[in-house]
Amino acid sequence: MRIGVFICHCGSNIAGTVDCAKVADAAKAFPDVVHAEDTMYACSEPGQQGIIDAIHEKNLTGVVVASCTPRMHEPTFRRAVERAGLNKYMFEMANIREHVSWIGKDKELNTNKAIDLVMMAAEKLRHNAPLMAKKFDINKRVLIIGGGVAGIQAALDCAEGGLEVVLVEKTTSIGGKMAKLDKTFPTVDCSCCILGPKMVDVAQHPNITLYAHAEVEEVNGYIGNFEIRIKQKTTYVDWEKCTGCGLCMEKCPSKKSYDHFNNGVGTTTAINIPFPQAIPKKAKIDAEYCRMFTKGKCGVCAKVCPTGAISFEMTDTEVTENVGAIVAATGYDLFDHAKYPEYGAGKYPDVITSIQYERLMSASGPTSGHIKRPSDGKEPKNVVFIQCVGSRDKSVNRPYCSGFCCMYTAKQAILTKDHIPDSRSFVFYMDIRSPGKDYDEFVRRSIEQYDTQYIRGRVSLIYPQGDKMIVRGADTLAGAQVEVEADLVVLAVGAESAAGAPQLAEKLRISYDSYGFYMESHPKLKPVETNTAGVFLAGACQGPKDIPSSVGQGSAAAAKVLSLFSKDQLESDPQIALVNASRCIGCYKCVETCPFGAVKEEQDRFNNPKARVIETICQGCGVCTVTCPQSAIQLQHFTDNQILAEVKALCPSMMVKN
Amino acid sequence: MPVYDGKELRIVGFLCNWCSYGGADTAGVARFHQATDLRIIRVPCSGRIDPLFILKAFQGGAAGVLVSGCHPRDCHYAEGNYYARRRLELLKRFLPVTGIDPERFEYTWVSASEGPRWQHVVQTFTDRIHKLGPAPLLSEPLTDAEMVEFQRQVEAGRGCGCHI
Amino acid sequence: MSIRISYYPGCSGKGTSSEYETSTTGVCQALDVDLVEIPDWSCCGSTPAHTVNHVLSSALSARNLTLAEQEGFDTVTTPCPSCLSNLKIAEHKMRKESFREAVNELLDQPYGGGVDTKSVLQVLVENVGLDKVRERVKTPLEGLKVACYYGCIMNRPPEVMDFDDHEHPMAMDNLMEAIGAEVIPFPLKVECCGASFGIPQQNIVTTLSGKLLEVAKGLGVDALVTACPLCQMNLDLRQGQINAAQGTQHSLPIFYFTQLMAKAFDLSDAVQGMKRLIVNPQKALAKIGQADKEIA
Repeated sequence: MRIGVFICHCGSNIAGTVDCAKVADAAKAFPDVVHAEDTMYACSEPGQQGIIDAIHEKNLTGVVVASCTPRMHEPTFRRAVERAGLNKYMFEMANIREHVSWIGKDKELNTNKAIDLVMMAAEKLRHNAPLMAKKFDINKRVLIIGGGVAGIQAALDCAEGGLEVVLVEKTTSIGGKMAKLDKTFPTVDCSCCILGPKMVDVAQHPNITLYAHAEVEEVNGYIGNFEIRIKQKTTYVDWEKCTGCGLCMEKCPSKKSYDHFNNGVGTTTAINIPFPQAIPKKAKIDAEYCRMFTKGKCGVCAKVCPTGAISFEMTDTEVTENVGAIVAATGYDLFDHAKYPEYGAGKYPDVITSIQYERLMSASGPTSGHIKRPSDGKEPKNVVFIQCVGSRDKSVNRPYCSGFCCMYTAKQAILTKDHIPDSRSFVFYMDIRSPGKDYDEFVRRSIEQYDTQYIRGRVSLIYPQGDKMIVRGADTLAGAQVEVEADLVVLAVGAESAAGAPQLAEKLRISYDSYGFYMESHPKLKPVETNTAGVFLAGACQGPKDIPSSVGQGSAAAAKVLSLFSKDQLESDPQIALVNASRCIGCYKCVETCPFGAVKEEQDRFNNPKARVIETICQGCGVCTVTCPQSAIQLQHFTDNQILAEVKALCPSMMVKN
Repeated sequence: MPVYDGKELRIVGFLCNWCSYGGADTAGVARFHQATDLRIIRVPCSGRIDPLFILKAFQGGAAGVLVSGCHPRDCHYAEGNYYARRRLELLKRFLPVTGIDPERFEYTWVSASEGPRWQHVVQTFTDRIHKLGPAPLLSEPLTDAEMVEFQRQVEAGRGCGCHI
Repeated sequence: MSIRISYYPGCSGKGTSSEYETSTTGVCQALDVDLVEIPDWSCCGSTPAHTVNHVLSSALSARNLTLAEQEGFDTVTTPCPSCLSNLKIAEHKMRKESFREAVNELLDQPYGGGVDTKSVLQVLVENVGLDKVRERVKTPLEGLKVACYYGCIMNRPPEVMDFDDHEHPMAMDNLMEAIGAEVIPFPLKVECCGASFGIPQQNIVTTLSGKLLEVAKGLGVDALVTACPLCQMNLDLRQGQINAAQGTQHSLPIFYFTQLMAKAFDLSDAVQGMKRLIVNPQKALAKIGQADKEIA
C-alpha cells in the first residue's frame, strides 16, 4: 500500500499547539507511508486539490488526513479521495483538533499525541479494504400509520409528491384528536373547519388508499421493500354499499351505547357514524351494545338500510400491502385521571376531562355547543380548571410536561367566558408554559381580558358539597390554602403514549422510551427519522406535541420519504456486518443478539446452517462481531484486525527477555 | 512512539461514535482542558468492543483502558450498550484473575452533549492511573544495547532472535 | 380456622374508648380471632413522646413488640390508629441498625426485630375476610346509611402503613357493606379531624371536624363510622362544641365500625357500649328497626 499523510494546520486551530511539520516528518517513517506533508486548510478547495494531486502524482492507494473530528469532515475527504479515483473507504482520519490541539496547551505533548493518532490511523488504513455500496430497487409506496392531523399531513404531502400512499387508521374515521376539538389555540379558529377540508382531500386523492378501522398486524422486509399485513377489523357493515345516509342511526333501538368519539359525554346508538364530518362516512356496529349481538334479535338496521349493507356475519379480513417506507403517526392518548383518587377518580359526574369539555363546547357535540354540566344539565357559573393532571407528577410515573395543556386550558377559559358571559374561570397551575408564536400573549389575554383567575398551586382534594364541587388547593403565592366552590371541574389531563404503541414499535423494530413514546434518531438533528432505515415518525407518537408541531412533523416526514424516493435505487451503507461462510458454524448467536433482526438463519448448498446478514437492515453496530465465537461475522471497516491494528500501534507487544 | 517518561502514561480509550466520541468532540469544541495521555479509538458502538481488545491493550503495556458509550437506553443501536455493559462488567470482575489491577480499567457513559462530564471522566481516570503508575512489566524488557544487537542479528538473517 | 394474634389494646381502649375495646374483642371472638393481650403492656409513645425524643418514643413501642416477640408472635394487632402508627414506625425505624442499637440501650431486653403490626381493621379485612364476616351477620343493617371516616394516619405514610389506598381507602367501606349497611362514599375520609389540638387550640378541631360533619350531613347519612378513638372523640364528644362554634345543629351519631359489626352480629354485650356514645344513636338505629330501649 502507498499511503499519503496530510497534516492540517486548520489555520492556528491546530498549528497553534501542535508542530504540524514535525508530525508530518514523523509520519514519513511509518510503514507504507510514501508521502507526508502539512497543509494550511485540508478541507478547503486548494487543500482538497492538493490531496487529489498527491494521489495522482505519488500513486497513492490510501490517504490519512489529520485534522478535525471525522464527525465533521469525514464525508468531505471521502468524496475528495473518490474524485481522485480511490475507493472512499481507503481513507482514515486522525482527530488532532478536538482531541488534541483544543484540549491541551503543551506543544510537545500535543505533537507527540498527534503523531500517535496519525500512526493509529495509518495502521488501521493498512488493514482497510475497498468497500462497495450495493444498489437495490425500491418500491415507491409509503405506509402511513395513523390518520390524525400528522398522518393526514404526511399522507397529503406524499400523495401530492406523486407517491402512492396507504393510510391505516385504527378507528372508523380519520381526524384523530384534532377532529374532537372545538377551537384551536392561539387563533381560536374552529378545529373541524380547518381540518375538515384536509380530511376530504384524503378521501378524494387518487393516490391515497385509506384503510379505516384497520390495524397493522405485521411488518416484514426492510427499507425500500416492506411487506405489511393489515387487519381490516369487521364493522358488520359493507362499506362498499354503505352511503352514510344515517337512517340506521335514527332507527337503532340501542341508544345507550358508549360514545367513543365524544369520550363518554352523552351516548350514541349501537350502529353509528362517529361524527357528521367523518371520513369515510360509513356506519359501524358496536357489537358490545348491538341487540343482535347481546340479545340475539333485533336487526332493525338491516331492515331499514336502503342499500342492504348490514351484514351480521361479517368477520375480520386481512390485506397485504408492499411499500418502501413507513411513517408512524400514531398520536397519543390522554391520561386516565382515575389514578388520582383525590380528584374523585372519575366518580363525580361534574369532574370531567379537558377533551370531554371540548365536546361539551363543540357545536357538533352532544349538547350542540351549550355548556351543560353532566350531573343536572345546568349551565355552570364557576368553572375550575386543574392543570398538570398526569403531567409533571412522579407519583403517577408521568414526570414529563405534556406541553400543550397550559395552552388549551387558557383557550378553554376564554371559550367558557364566550359561551357563558357571567361565568368565572379559575385555573390551578404549577407553572405556565407557553413558548410558541403568540402563545404567551394568548395566555395573558385569558388572564387580562377574560378575567380568568390563575392560582399557582396544586389541588389536594375535590369533594362534593350540595350541588357544588369544593376544590381545595394551595395558593403558593399567597401562602394560603384556598377552597373554590365550583359548578364544574375540568381536569387538564396530560398526554401519554397511545395504547399499543410499544407493540407497534416492536413490529416496526424502532425503539421507544419508558413511557412508550417513539425514539427519534437524533433529538435535534434527526427528529423524524428512527434508527431503523425507512421508518419515520410524525406527530405525538414521538412525544407530546401541539397541532402546529404535529403538522410540521407530518410534512417533515413526507419530505424525508420524498427525498428517499427521489432515487430509483438506494445505496446501502457498506459499513455493515459480513459473514465469512467458511468460518460460520451456524450457532446463530448473532441472530439472537442483533438488535435489528438483520441476521437470518440460512443453509448453504450442503444444508449446513449459516448466518446471513441482510445488508439493507444491518445498521452496522457490530454487536454480532463481538458475539461470534468464530470471528466469522465481521463488521466491515471495523473488523477485529482493523481495531487491533490501532491497539497494537499504541500498545506494541514488548520485546522481553526469556 | 515512546511514552513520555514521567509526564504521560499510556491510556487507551474505546469510544462509541454516536455519544461518547461526540461528547469528547463537544469537550474539545468548548476547549475543556484535559490531560494528554488518552488516545481514543473510535468504534461505532460500545457493543462493538470485544473485551479482548482491552486485554490486548493491557498486554501491550497500557497503564489504563477507558471505555465510554451512550447512556443505557440512549444507544444509537437500541441496545448495543446493554451488551457492552454486561461484557465490560464481567471483564472488570475477571481482571484480577489475569493479574491486572481492575482499577486500571473503567467504563462509563457519556452522551454527545456532555462535554463537561467527559472532561471530568478523562481527568479523574488519568489521575487515578497516574496514582497507580505505569503498568507493571510482565518481564524485564531488553536494554537499548540488547535491542541494537537484536536488530543487528535480525538484519543479518539470524532468524527471529527469540533465543538470543 | 381460628386466628391467634397478639393484641395491644392501647390506653384509650382501657379508658375513654372502652366501648371500642369491648366491641372489638366481642367481634373478634365472634369471628374466631383469638386476641392474646400482651402481658404487662405499656404506653406506645403516642402523641407527645416522638415530638420530644425519637429514640425514647420508639423504645416505648419496642418494649411492647419485644414482649409480643417473647410470647412467640410475629404480628401484633391494635384497634387504635395512633398505637398502630407508633408501633409500625418504631419497627420501621429500627430496621436501621444504629437506631435499633440506640433503642435497645434503653430496653431491659433488646428487640430482635421483625414484629409486624396490623390494625384490627386490616386483620378483619385481610386475615378473616369479608366472606366470613358476611356469613356471621345475623341482622343485616339494611336501611342504615353510613359514611366511613378513616382519619389521617390509618393509611399514612403509605410506605410504612402498607395497607389499602392512602388517598382513597375502601377497607371499612367494604366491611360496612358486608354487614348490610348502605355506604355513601365520603370524600373527606382521610382528612384531619384536628386530632389532639382539641386541648391546646380547640378552634382547629371545631373547624376541621365541623367540616367533616357538614359534608357528612350534605351526603344525607344517618351516621359516621370511625376506626379511631381520637377521631371519634372529636366528632362525638365535641359535637356540641362544634355546634356552638360553627352555629350548626348537628346531631350525627359517630360509631366505631366494630360497634356496628357487633350490632349486625347480635352481640348484646358489645352493643351495650353504644350507651356511652354522646350523640344519641337511637334515631339512626330506628332506621334498621333496632331502636333499643336498653341503649337509651
